[in-house]
Amino acid sequence: MSIPAVRQPTRRGVELILLVFAWLIGVLGVLQIGWATGEGTTTRLWITIGVVGALALAMHITVRFTAPYADPIMLPVTTLLTILGLVMIYRIDVSAAQRATRNNAPLPTPDVYAQLTWFAIAVVLFIAVLVIVRDHRRLQRYTYTFGLIGIILLVLPLAPVVGTTVNGATLWVRMFGLSFQPGELAKILLTIFFAGYLVVKRDSLALVRTKFLGLGFPRPKDLGPLLIAWLISLAVLVFENDLGTSMLFFGLFVSMLYIATQRRSWLVLGGALFVIGAILSYMFFGHVRLRVEIWLDPWTYAQDSGYQIVQSLFGFANGGLLGAGLGQGFPNLVPFANTDFIVAALGEEIGLTGLIAMLLMYGILIERGLRAAISVRDSFGKLLAAGLSITLALQVFVIIGGVTKLIPLTGLTTPFLSYGGSSLIANFIIIGLLLRISDRARRPDVTAPSVDEALTQVVRRP
Amino acid sequence: MNTPIRRIGFVLAILMVALIVNLTIIQVFMARDYRDRPGNQRNLLAEYDRERGPILVGNEPAARSVETGNTLRYQREYSDGPLFAPVTGFYSLVYGATGLERTENNILTGKSDLFFVDRIQQLFAGRRRTGGAVTTTINAAAQAAAFKGLGSKVGAVVAIEPATGRILASVQSPSFDPNRLTNHDPASIREYYNALRDDPTKPLLNRPIVALNPPGSTFKLVTTAAALASGQYTPDSILPGPRAYTLPNTSTKLHNWNGKACGTNGQVTLREALALSCNTAFAWLGVQLGDDALRAQAQKMGFDTAFEIPLRAARSMYPENPDVPQTALTAIGQYDVRATAMQMAMVGAAIGNGGVTMKPYLVQEVRGQDLAILKTTQPEAFATAMTAADAATETEMMVNVVENGTGSNARIPGVRVAGKTGTAQTGNDRPSVAWFVSFAPAKNPKVAVAVMIEDAGVAEISGNALAAPIAKSVMKAVLR
Repeated sequence: MSIPAVRQPTRRGVELILLVFAWLIGVLGVLQIGWATGEGTTTRLWITIGVVGALALAMHITVRFTAPYADPIMLPVTTLLTILGLVMIYRIDVSAAQRATRNNAPLPTPDVYAQLTWFAIAVVLFIAVLVIVRDHRRLQRYTYTFGLIGIILLVLPLAPVVGTTVNGATLWVRMFGLSFQPGELAKILLTIFFAGYLVVKRDSLALVRTKFLGLGFPRPKDLGPLLIAWLISLAVLVFENDLGTSMLFFGLFVSMLYIATQRRSWLVLGGALFVIGAILSYMFFGHVRLRVEIWLDPWTYAQDSGYQIVQSLFGFANGGLLGAGLGQGFPNLVPFANTDFIVAALGEEIGLTGLIAMLLMYGILIERGLRAAISVRDSFGKLLAAGLSITLALQVFVIIGGVTKLIPLTGLTTPFLSYGGSSLIANFIIIGLLLRISDRARRPDVTAPSVDEALTQVVRRP
Repeated sequence: MNTPIRRIGFVLAILMVALIVNLTIIQVFMARDYRDRPGNQRNLLAEYDRERGPILVGNEPAARSVETGNTLRYQREYSDGPLFAPVTGFYSLVYGATGLERTENNILTGKSDLFFVDRIQQLFAGRRRTGGAVTTTINAAAQAAAFKGLGSKVGAVVAIEPATGRILASVQSPSFDPNRLTNHDPASIREYYNALRDDPTKPLLNRPIVALNPPGSTFKLVTTAAALASGQYTPDSILPGPRAYTLPNTSTKLHNWNGKACGTNGQVTLREALALSCNTAFAWLGVQLGDDALRAQAQKMGFDTAFEIPLRAARSMYPENPDVPQTALTAIGQYDVRATAMQMAMVGAAIGNGGVTMKPYLVQEVRGQDLAILKTTQPEAFATAMTAADAATETEMMVNVVENGTGSNARIPGVRVAGKTGTAQTGNDRPSVAWFVSFAPAKNPKVAVAVMIEDAGVAEISGNALAAPIAKSVMKAVLR
């Protein structure tokens, strides 16, 4: 008599239902925009809606077969955020087209179909990650390879020929007629590298040499990695003019160092270095100083360098509690409405209520990532999952905090929402990896019960 | 490693909360402040992005929104700008709104609660909000006749339907072209506005309802009403009408406009005194009736009340504490008594309407997007100014003015017209103000008109010469 193994529910059905909901929300959004703007819907739009549904289904099926025990919430939340992004990009396309029509200008190329293509590529890479990386622990073998490639990608925009500067920041690489931001991919590779590196070195990094103010501080010779990370972050800031990426990397490294060593002293040291870096860059770099000044008083710069943030605040204010309604605001008044400032465009049309719902979705995503980190058993997996979740969280905080004037504005894309291929692809790879780790964390032991065990009755104790 | 992950998670949660709190501050608490900041185009765009409802005269739009093809999507267009300017006002990018454009803004933009049902439908259909239509009480023919009659004179005309208080015409001269204040070029708007502002004839003043002038002899209609109400006078009562009347307690002599005595031997009936516009007889009569009786009569006809039609009209004024000689002057419409053209039209209308003063109004109906009527203004009595009998008596006296007296230029063949001329001195060297107040037909009148011309000559005949023909053409336009 064999005992049925205690089957851990996979919850894939929940995932599917939630995905359908996400898709339906997108359909309603498109219909609402069609009505509100008087543009209606086109066949091309319905095809797009169909393709989005098919892509979501493809991801679901992949997860069903390659990571059946993965977290059921993350994929629907990610998909919904991506769909909201597509809806808003479409909305901004409509607005730009209507303006062009009124001014008798040539119609601009809509961005939504390009973004759909990027979404498709992101889905392919997401599937590839789940199919190829059957066990996240295998990534640890390539720790240094990933680290090296990550660093190269990070500095690639500085290379002659391929590097390009857009809007003052040198983030882009142009090759074969395509441009992408290698920093987005570097973010993942370096997280893997940090995880692999810290797993090995954490014992020595955790050694306490001196105690000060109740905190144990590391040996000076172990400070190397932190200093190197700091210098690289500063280099990104100085040479690529990219404050956002710089802060993201340093914040990520320090948090992972803290998780690996459990030493709060690393946070203190990291914080100190951050403050020193911030002061130095404020003193020596005009563009950083300008950012801070705009942050402190955007109204003075309302007509020039503070124009974006001021328009963004106007957009948020116009949205108010409930929003103007999709298709009924003026998202095209904010520059870069479909990239850096997509949250301002959303804030105007879906209001505070909609934005809070959206922020909670990010919150759920990050919480689910951290939960995978806590429940997975291997240290590398823990560090990797935590690192990837932190990357997402910091990015959300830095960009949304920036456009809402909570912190100085830095150029970062809003994960899943913003128009742009590199960011979408990178973030879907992150979700792929997190699903892989959560699958591992939730999967019951797969070793087949031995004959002995099969014959052994489990007897409940009286 | 789980403890630091949890701690980091806690810190990240705090960051999320910070974002939400900050967003709440921006979108809820600071929203109003940000909305009103200079440089925020959204209010403007939102207003100009919606189709603003039309202001209708009859079934024709006097003001409507047309698509521009620019960033500001709609522009206001006035089909006959200067003609309807005192009614529509303007809706300007730079100077805000005036006239019905201002008072009916919530209807024209569709913000009014009247559109509650419309809004619910729009919410579900996701349709854009468009404004409702405002139908005025203006009679296009009367308006045009008054405008044509005034021509290049400085003055105003108001016509009222006596039975309801509906304003059939409200015209001013000089007027302005609201189109030139509502285009989307701020520089040209400012230039035009400054020119209007600096113009000594004040084209931006809403003359029909705001310009206050001494009503002159037309105020004798009020004095007559008070005399009839006192019960001591009939049209046949004999009044002293000498060549000159010495104001009580003074040595100041008041003369008749032609320098002659009224009637035979300076004795004149009340009927004749009104027909001849005898100053000395009415000054004497005013003193006999007293300040309180005159004031009460004037107030029941609308003096000392600021009407909102819904444009805010100026308060026509009966003097506050006149002494006896001042009362004598007040009785003939001089001294400190001041009236708008609308007020004097109301006096005529009250007499024609059997003594009942109706509240004047300019908005007939409010219509929704689909042109369904959402609200109709109901006529409302303001006061009973006279008994029906007294009103009929005074009407006959006014008919006599037109048929046998100073108001000969208002005669319309086949129609019994009731009227009264007036010329008021505003200062020693200043041109006088010519008036004509009339209604027709005498029985169940369809229209009461007051014409006021500010740059008239000095003779009493100017009321008949300048103002009466305009009143006549307006009455004819309504009666046709």
